[in-house]
Amino acid sequence: MATQAVAVEAKIRGYILENLLFSNDPAELPNDESLLERGVIDSTGVLEIILFLEGEFGIEVKASEMLPENFDTVDNMVRFVGRLQGKP
Amino acid sequence: MNAPLRLMHDGLLARAGDPALRNKPAVIVEGRPHTYGELLDSAQRLAAALGERGVRRGERVAIYMDNSWFCVVSIYATWLAGAVMLLINPQTKRDKLGFILDDSGARILLTDGHIAKEFLPLLTAAPSSLGVICSGAVPAGRGIDSLELLLRDTPPLREPPATIALDLAALIYTSGSTGQPKGVMQTHQSMLFATGSLIEYLRLDPHDVILCVLPLAFDYGLYQLLMSVQLGATLVLERSFTYPAQVFERMRAFKVTVFPGVPTIFAMLLSAHQREALCFEGITRVTNTAAALSDSSAARLRAIFPHALVYKMYGLTECKRVSYLEPELVDARPGSVGKAIPGTEVYLLNADGSATPVGETGTLHVRGPHVMLGYWNRPDLSERMLRPGKLPGERILCTQDQFRMDSDGFLYFVGRSDEIIKTRGEKVSPVEVENAMLAITGIREVAVVGVADELLGQAVRAYVVLETDASLSIGQIRARCIACLENFMVPQQIVVCADLPKTSTGKVSKTALLAQMEG
Repeated sequence: MATQAVAVEAKIRGYILENLLFSNDPAELPNDESLLERGVIDSTGVLEIILFLEGEFGIEVKASEMLPENFDTVDNMVRFVGRLQGKP
Repeated sequence: MNAPLRLMHDGLLARAGDPALRNKPAVIVEGRPHTYGELLDSAQRLAAALGERGVRRGERVAIYMDNSWFCVVSIYATWLAGAVMLLINPQTKRDKLGFILDDSGARILLTDGHIAKEFLPLLTAAPSSLGVICSGAVPAGRGIDSLELLLRDTPPLREPPATIALDLAALIYTSGSTGQPKGVMQTHQSMLFATGSLIEYLRLDPHDVILCVLPLAFDYGLYQLLMSVQLGATLVLERSFTYPAQVFERMRAFKVTVFPGVPTIFAMLLSAHQREALCFEGITRVTNTAAALSDSSAARLRAIFPHALVYKMYGLTECKRVSYLEPELVDARPGSVGKAIPGTEVYLLNADGSATPVGETGTLHVRGPHVMLGYWNRPDLSERMLRPGKLPGERILCTQDQFRMDSDGFLYFVGRSDEIIKTRGEKVSPVEVENAMLAITGIREVAVVGVADELLGQAVRAYVVLETDASLSIGQIRARCIACLENFMVPQQIVVCADLPKTSTGKVSKTALLAQMEG
């Protein structure tokens, strides 16, 4: 489980760094920092992230799950993906 | 007898002074209600603090903030202090922020600690008389005041300055085809008129609960607040539409009745609806402007808002709003943006000044009390947009936009006569993006165009020619863009090419470029 979460985290970080921050510097993206507060994502950015997560991890995000507690930090996304993957 | 409302803050004074409304929520920010009484008290305290810092009647106060309670307080405080407010989108980066502060001659900057990275470097750049008041974490050692402490410690202003209705209320900065933003001058009188006209045709009343997910720095967002306070209604203010589920919860919790959006928001809503059926029975008015809402999107929105009147509207910052289509006519007049808003008129003229015949394309002209006074510090640009009117001394707005009018007087948008790109409902000046990209070492030439995009309306696409010895990746180019442009201006698409087609005078030919793209 822990190793799986590490792999999920690496993929999410890689995606955000490359596609939203346009950076190779991992220090640019603390796992607990609010992406909205920093201006990294806005309304279309969050849709891009959702499409990426669905494609990458085979999950399906419901409209009612489009909340900051699921998407506003890397940590939140890792937890959210882990919870959906854990479901039968 | 009720005192007449002449100034933009008179509505707030009236609501807060009315015992029946004093304790009613004026705004609910991120779920937290603030009453009319509280709004007036906070605004009067901040107005007094502005006065103590030397703000006098007619001086400018810049508000560079997220959609927040402090932003709402700042707007009314500026007016109570007799000053002119300008709202700057919090995504704005330092160079443009610096330009707007200089151009407006702002005396005070009201801002948030979390965007200190952008405004702090400007304070050290030159010895300036700019005072800064900041909410949240206040950067130390720069003489910056804490907004929270000022609100706590400053007694409310009791004697407002002698502002009259002809005084400036706001400079509304808008992107222009010249590449530099320009400040649209609006008086109290014209903003109050526009607010009333919008309230009238949207059929709003004090029981309405209006949602605002649009930035207050965008005039469409700002007027949701102005209409709501004018009416004594309630505004549900959200920071953005980034997390739709959160917005949906608030819409249900606070019984929102009015949903203002732009096509990108409606596209997101329809996409969320496909994931999980959405239905908001309490919404009675849905409004769209900034870019055209397709007839098919409008039809699909009816499943989400079964009881709503859907308004298609058209406007430009220079007069706030031009036209709206009566919602009952949406099916009968497909593609139309309707007729002039109440109390105003519009007509089409040919290039030689003659009236455009029915069904033919002409330039839209607007006559009414909502027309701007001009652009701040830019008489040259003002002259291009404001023309002598029917009466001596009168000025009418020449929108530079091309329209058709049918025999019943309904308007149809044909095209813009400038190159402005509309993406996510925001205006993007290609010249502004090109200038920012040309400043990147390694880029020799660049041409920025708008291309059709289902979600964004238009996507920003940049064609780039690199210096021969340059090795810039597309990622690196975007990283440099994001450091100096607002997010919505950063090209979604960057195409590196060997050269760009030129006209006979050596300028980049965007027509040829677009033709190549199609082919």
